Amino acid sequence: MQYLIILISAIFVNNIVLAQFLGICPFLGVSKKVETSVGMAGAVLFVMTLATIVTWLLSHYILIPLELDFLQTICFILVIASLVQMVEIVLKKASPSLYQALGIFLPLITTNCAVLGVALLTIQKDLNLGEGVVYAIANAIGFGLALIIFAGIREHLDVMDVPKGMRGVPIALLVAGILALAFMGFSGLV
Amino acid sequence: MNQWKNFTKGFLKENPVFVLLLGMCPTLGVTTSAINGMGMGLATTFVLVMSNLVISLVKNVVPDKVRIPVFIVIIASFVTIVDLAMAAYLPPLHAQLGLFIPLIVVNCIVLGRAEAFASKNGVGSSVIDGLGMGLGFAFALTLLGAVREMLGSGSFFGMKFLAGDGMLVFVLAPGAFIALSYLIALMTRITKRNA
Repeated sequence: MQYLIILISAIFVNNIVLAQFLGICPFLGVSKKVETSVGMAGAVLFVMTLATIVTWLLSHYILIPLELDFLQTICFILVIASLVQMVEIVLKKASPSLYQALGIFLPLITTNCAVLGVALLTIQKDLNLGEGVVYAIANAIGFGLALIIFAGIREHLDVMDVPKGMRGVPIALLVAGILALAFMGFSGLV
Repeated sequence: MNQWKNFTKGFLKENPVFVLLLGMCPTLGVTTSAINGMGMGLATTFVLVMSNLVISLVKNVVPDKVRIPVFIVIIASFVTIVDLAMAAYLPPLHAQLGLFIPLIVVNCIVLGRAEAFASKNGVGSSVIDGLGMGLGFAFALTLLGAVREMLGSGSFFGMKFLAGDGMLVFVLAPGAFIALSYLIALMTRITKRNA
């Protein structure tokens, strides 16, 4: 039951992109086509879950017992950067087809603040490992959902007659705003 | 003259938010009021200047292959300094900005300037570049924060000029996207007059 609440609240009510403003860069950057946005969503799901597990273990078994939690930011970003690198190497060897699909998105994820953000939030909210994993997966699904919907809308926008000054980024942001407005309808659900 | 241009390019011509579209997460996340935007902008400016300074100093010592991790560690150290200093001296602002302070680490502007400018230029111009870019970022955040605050709560830097609440939607998440959308359109209009 508790896991269900975490899941619903992270996907719909506190959507990571539209309500918490994390991961806006890839949200705007790789949302021009539905196909690429699906790839990005998959890569984020994979890395975010792994990163949350590793940073949780690091934090609870090394940093907190040694009272080094002020090094949290530095350690987490290093762990995430090396994790991404490792995932890239392993995928290349183990599953070339998956690597083909996710490959170009993996390096971009290091600077995706959603990954670091979720890792930090998991510690801040004092979740246990199981809840942390569910929280990470839910946030990744929320990210993917927002990204894919947004990409779908943007594909249609390309053929629309948009006023000259609003073409490109401004209209995309406006659409994101309306999407965020729609997601606000979920508030109070949990 | 050249240094002056180097300094001022961050404000309009290469403004990180309005033109380069970097660092969007804090831009949208913390600008519920002008003062929050300014606080975040100044914190980022400090990190930018200091990381540009250190990176331009060590650029010849660091091997090319490991430069990105080295840059990230340098940046993360300064972010930790800002985080702890702010928690000690400005606890209310620290509580308001919350998660976005540690997230300066992954702000693309900081790493972007390190990679594009500080790793190729001398100490002096790197510091000026960091300062210009940082203040340009702070300017954009303050502007967006001021617009959202005026429309959303009818006040300016905390001073109320309208009775009542204003349009609450501008303080909430959707308003951030909508306000930034129109600001970018306006900025493009100003910087490219003939567009």
